Amino acid sequence: MSSPGLIAGGLDTGRAERLVAFEHRFAGARRTRRLWTLLQVAVFALALAGSIMVSNFNLAGLLNGLPKAWTYIAGTLPELRWQTLGADLADWYWGLRFWLRLLVETILMGFVGTVLGGVVALILCFPASRNLVQHTAIYFAARRTLEFLRTVPELVFALIFVFAFGLGPFAGVLAIAVHTAGSLGKLFAEVNENVDPRPLDGIRAAGGNWLMLIRLGVAPQALPNYASYLLLRFEINVRGASALGIVGAGGIGQELYVAIRQFEYTDISAIMLLLIATTSIIDITCETIRHRLIGQDLHAGH
Amino acid sequence: MRDTDMNTITHGELARLRKAHPGVFARPLLERLKTGALWIGFAAAMAFGLWWIDANPMRIVNGLNKLGLLVRLMLPPHPGDGLWDFVRAMAETLGMAFLGTVVAAVLAVPLGFLGAKNVMPNWLFHFGLRRFYDGFRGIDGLVWALIFVSAVGLGPFAGVLAIAVGDLMVFAKLFAEAIENVENRQVDGVRAAGGSRTQIMRLGVFPQVFPVMMSHVLYFFESNVRSATILGIVGAGGIGLQLSDRMRINNWQEAAFIILMILVTVAVIDNLSRRIRLKLIGTTSDAR
Repeated sequence: MSSPGLIAGGLDTGRAERLVAFEHRFAGARRTRRLWTLLQVAVFALALAGSIMVSNFNLAGLLNGLPKAWTYIAGTLPELRWQTLGADLADWYWGLRFWLRLLVETILMGFVGTVLGGVVALILCFPASRNLVQHTAIYFAARRTLEFLRTVPELVFALIFVFAFGLGPFAGVLAIAVHTAGSLGKLFAEVNENVDPRPLDGIRAAGGNWLMLIRLGVAPQALPNYASYLLLRFEINVRGASALGIVGAGGIGQELYVAIRQFEYTDISAIMLLLIATTSIIDITCETIRHRLIGQDLHAGH
Repeated sequence: MRDTDMNTITHGELARLRKAHPGVFARPLLERLKTGALWIGFAAAMAFGLWWIDANPMRIVNGLNKLGLLVRLMLPPHPGDGLWDFVRAMAETLGMAFLGTVVAAVLAVPLGFLGAKNVMPNWLFHFGLRRFYDGFRGIDGLVWALIFVSAVGLGPFAGVLAIAVGDLMVFAKLFAEAIENVENRQVDGVRAAGGSRTQIMRLGVFPQVFPVMMSHVLYFFESNVRSATILGIVGAGGIGLQLSDRMRINNWQEAAFIILMILVTVAVIDNLSRRIRLKLIGTTSDAR
């Protein structure tokens, strides 16, 4: 940090020296950077090679497989002729009433699972918030419980629950609820940890107990975010519910599974298009509500 | 004296205020009715849902009994003599997730450019393409796995394809957003310093886009490890096949061991990937 005026005497040599020193440092930094990049590329290449080996993947297989997959997907589309469009459509969607019933079941599974999971998440999220509990043991236990609930895949829970509760949507709803409790609980706890601490201090100073702290300090700040996460989870759960039928846990997945296994090609495309339409509608609706919720929050906050 | 004014408010004044600003004292009737109707609708939907799935206390009690029995059968988790098979299947799962993510990311780069507003300014094209990308998300990875098992046969290759296809469109959308968020100032800077077109791409655009893309890719790798663990249930390779087999033959100790293996692997991968992501994002914020 020496100013140029002070070293005016040895200006030229000083400048040259500093330049050399800088070039030296720059080259050194560059070298380490290059080495790091090289190392990263090497690790990546190694991982790629290992993956290719264990999954017996090869380019010929890919080039062979992709067109096959494409033929398969294209083969599921029905032949529609303009002259007999109505009859063709009716033929394509021959099971519409039945499928719509299953679609309603899928959405209901997502809904009930999200609500039940949300209730459990709401109970578990307060002990899992660092700013609300003093006992490390309670905090630790709550966090680990949530972690367990969300790390075991939903489908594994579904498999176990089908054993315990029998085939049908009941097992599916429970699987969704358990997984949702884990993932929402963590998100809720993060919301709780990010609330403004001043209202909490105010309630503590006024002699409020723990429940009052949550009801009057945390909830008013966190509710819009809770609702927003809940809606997001609902979207995800409807999509998840559509797959649970594959293990016999209810919903439209069962029908899709049968269609794929028995090569009922046009049924596959019919059900998949229904699914895409339903999830798109739910996504768009939930997104609109979410934007309104968060917009309201910003409006009230400022 | 201001204090006394504020503390002792007369009844008359209170009544006047209540008349002037009714909204402060109580929410309007219409709004309260609306909230009430919403809650009633919500409760009705919930009741209907519970009725539909045939939830009743007897069923819950019976099921919990059976669940307790299963948990007792699972303890203690034991690998039996399949430990080596499980490790290999787990490696296969990780390989599937990695390869599927890489294939999807590579294929998504051109799609991302195609979907970016600043590359393709036609709004109709842009809107249509984005909706197309969104629509694909509606299909769960497991359904793709089912389809690819039918198309290319059993094995991990079907799993790789299922993961790749399931992520491709989501990546395309995220990459398009990353490309749209490129700041022009850095591009202008390189251009002002006399950079060529390739230099503009390399020094102006790439450093802004690459860390964002990488952090998305890593995040998806994490989530793909989770989903790859179950793809085997429909025959697409990996640890899921072992797990569903053990459950089918009622070997619950080994099943519990596999579940524990999944938990540990997922935790390790999450931890590693989170560290790398933080580092990536850290370098970008340093650069700004």
